[in-house]
Amino acid sequence: MLLAVLSGFLIAAVAPWAHRGLGRHSGWALAALPAVLFIYFASFLPALREADGGRIIMEYDWIPSLGIQLTFLVDGLSLLFALLISGIGFFVVAYAGRYLEGHRDLGRFYVLILAFMASMLGLVLSSNLISLFVFWELTSITSYLLIGYNHEDAKARKSALQGLFVTVAGGLALLTGLVMMALVGGSYELHELLTSGDIFRDHDWYLAILLLVLLGCFTKSAQYPFHFWLPNAMAAPTPVSAYLHSATMVKAGVYLMARLNPSLGGTEAWMLLLGLFGAVTMFAGIFLSLRSTGVKQVLAYSTVMALGTLTMLIGVGTENAMLAAMAFLLAHSLYKGALFLVAGILDHEAGCKDFLQTGGLRRALPVTTVFAGLAALSLAGVLPMFGFVAKELLFEAVLEAPALAGLLSVFAVVSAVMVVAVAAIVGIRPWYGPRADTPKIPAHEAPPALLAGPVVLASLGLLFGLGAGLVDQGLIAWAAAAVYGAPVSPYLSLWHGFNLPLLLSGVSLALGLLLYLNWERFRRFTGFMEVVNRYGPEAAYEKTMAGMVWLSEWQTRVLQNGYLRYYLLTILISTVGLVMVTLFTRTHVHIDLDLSGILVHEAFIVAVLLMAALVSVTTRSRLGAVASLGAVGFCVALIYVLFSAADVGITQVLVETLTVIMLVLVLFRLPGFLGLTPMVLRIRDAVIALAVGAMMAVLKLAASTTRYADSISEYFIQESQPSGYGRNIVNVILVDFRALDTLGEIVVLALAAVGVYAMIKFRAEDRRR
Amino acid sequence: MSPQFTLQSLILRTAAHFLLPLLLIFSVFLLLRGHNEPGGGFIAGLVAASAVALYMFALDIRSAKRVLRFEPRDLLGWGLLFGVISGVPAVFMGQPFFTSQWLELTLPVLGELKVGTPLLFDIGVYLVVIGGVLLILLSLAEAEE
Repeated sequence: MLLAVLSGFLIAAVAPWAHRGLGRHSGWALAALPAVLFIYFASFLPALREADGGRIIMEYDWIPSLGIQLTFLVDGLSLLFALLISGIGFFVVAYAGRYLEGHRDLGRFYVLILAFMASMLGLVLSSNLISLFVFWELTSITSYLLIGYNHEDAKARKSALQGLFVTVAGGLALLTGLVMMALVGGSYELHELLTSGDIFRDHDWYLAILLLVLLGCFTKSAQYPFHFWLPNAMAAPTPVSAYLHSATMVKAGVYLMARLNPSLGGTEAWMLLLGLFGAVTMFAGIFLSLRSTGVKQVLAYSTVMALGTLTMLIGVGTENAMLAAMAFLLAHSLYKGALFLVAGILDHEAGCKDFLQTGGLRRALPVTTVFAGLAALSLAGVLPMFGFVAKELLFEAVLEAPALAGLLSVFAVVSAVMVVAVAAIVGIRPWYGPRADTPKIPAHEAPPALLAGPVVLASLGLLFGLGAGLVDQGLIAWAAAAVYGAPVSPYLSLWHGFNLPLLLSGVSLALGLLLYLNWERFRRFTGFMEVVNRYGPEAAYEKTMAGMVWLSEWQTRVLQNGYLRYYLLTILISTVGLVMVTLFTRTHVHIDLDLSGILVHEAFIVAVLLMAALVSVTTRSRLGAVASLGAVGFCVALIYVLFSAADVGITQVLVETLTVIMLVLVLFRLPGFLGLTPMVLRIRDAVIALAVGAMMAVLKLAASTTRYADSISEYFIQESQPSGYGRNIVNVILVDFRALDTLGEIVVLALAAVGVYAMIKFRAEDRRR
Repeated sequence: MSPQFTLQSLILRTAAHFLLPLLLIFSVFLLLRGHNEPGGGFIAGLVAASAVALYMFALDIRSAKRVLRFEPRDLLGWGLLFGVISGVPAVFMGQPFFTSQWLELTLPVLGELKVGTPLLFDIGVYLVVIGGVLLILLSLAEAEE
């Protein structure tokens, strides 16, 4: 299992070379990996039937010394996803090999798409919350790179960044939520958390956890009002749209909601949040889909609709709803994957990116026409497609929802009407009617690599519809049971008899076709939406981003103003403030000033030191200031030596000497005093300087009288000779006991030197230019 | 050669020729005795840097650079490398990074000698200090010209 998850990354690492070696057949060759994985995952099916509790848990030692394990959880839900990911992955990789043939970055594309597949597999199979999160973020990152695949296009870059920001912001919330879950549940392992639902539902943190986790799921799965990044993500090459932004990645949020349903679901808050957000997303998605004309835009918005539907069904939470959700998930992945791949064919063969450009292509692309129609029928939910089964279940589930049944039903039916219209746009508009002037005249039917995906996926939609029992007994029921948290009695069938859902299905079909015929009028009629859009969620996103840029510009202006004196001022004032506050609120400062033991020569040195300091701040000559500062330093060195700190004294003398030399070198470069600062500023500076000095004095005196722990000096004095083999304690501390600190210090020293060097060199070069 | 900071003094120039090697030897002496008596890499580095600085003031930058032989930047790099490497042997002994390792040698003339990773580390500090100070000093002085 570990190998299965990681193989994507491994193959991704060598994909560019494989691509170079295999040439134009690289697509098929690399597609072998998902194909093998599909077979591998399918081999779990019989085992799962036998498995205890419908789940198999696999553990691998990851970091044994820390007790961290990599745990994988295989149950109906994760297996359904794993099969979809590997199965559709096969067609997408093969498709991409032909679709992007000759593209100079195709090698990079394989790397990303295989890495994405591995991340997605890891995400759905992980049982550890942390590894789940890591894979979750990996899908966001690979998605970002894939949306920005055409990185020379500014719009693609912008869209990629938008998708990344939205999903990663949600990811942060999710991480917080998952950590809180682990704290409440006492484990990071999903398979242990899932059985302890009541612990979460009764906990004070429940609402916080729920909101954080849902924020992550809603952003990832493009729920309203975070839906806007998904249509923009269509800047990615079409195979990516088909794979990431329709069949797999955007369903990660849905997956997590479904996964956590046994733990977090079933409460009123869960039902309301998921039900309402799902319903609104479903409606908004299909409405916007119908308003769009771009091929991929229409499909993208209808994906938003599907994600909303799934969220809503998970929110409803009944046995039927879970069954409906899983059936709908499968149906959607099949037909939407097929339709996106068809969209790619439209673009590749006929150059059409907009439905308004298309028409009458059935003669040129007969096979595509048939299977696009088949997928569209499944989308519309027409007998005998699998989409029909899913739609029937959907109606049934919302009609008997425990909460909001009326509202959800209205949303569901209205959306279904529009879904039919969208299906007609996709399935009829490009193929039938008079021949339109397409940008490219398709010379021939699409090649097999492009056709394989739509043909197989659309056919599966029909096959599963005719034999609903095929998937009914097995995977769908298991998946629904995993989501529901208890076994469900499966009863998927094509024909449910004459009942209310069937009636609603029929009505939506008829109204939807009517709507399709009046598509132009619908779009004109809803033109007011353009105005609404200007104030919609995307505008809010743009405003937020612009605000962040403004804020960072402002704070850079304020904090990084480029004046050394202001930096110093800020540093000193905050140091004084923080130290003083802590000193007087947290400790009892107790200062013993005993001046009796001072010898004459010591007092003399201090007097010289004070005078030198006074001269350095009052003199009008730079050289004088430098020299008197040097005098201060030498006095300090003398004090060190007097108190038998020979090493420190020597260091002080040497540093003082070199500092004066450097300052003198710098002084040559400075202009003469142009003007002295006004009195007020000088008083301010004096006050700050005195405050810093006073703080240091108080701190030092307080430190020598207040003691919380025994001084560590004793230890160093004792251990220096026996374990450090040295009599010079200072040096033993520097190079042995505290070698890591010293290493840090010499790194800082080196960096500072390089910084000074760079500053001087680059300025000199600038001037020369 | 820029007259601003180079002291045109014959006595100093002559003296510098003798002082430089003496000071450098003294710095190595300080470096090696540092573990037991006052001294050590930091102080030794400062002494060595001062020696070159003196030479620079007495003669000129080009002579100072020539007598240094190494680019100060390279010294920085070597110093950091020695510093880090000295921590590595401990890892192979199964101890935490930077645990000191000692080797006791008995040499014919010198008697017993203890050599350990702290010495290597101190040499690293020595090189970084020389490199850092001279990098700043030389580039400041060069900018004068």
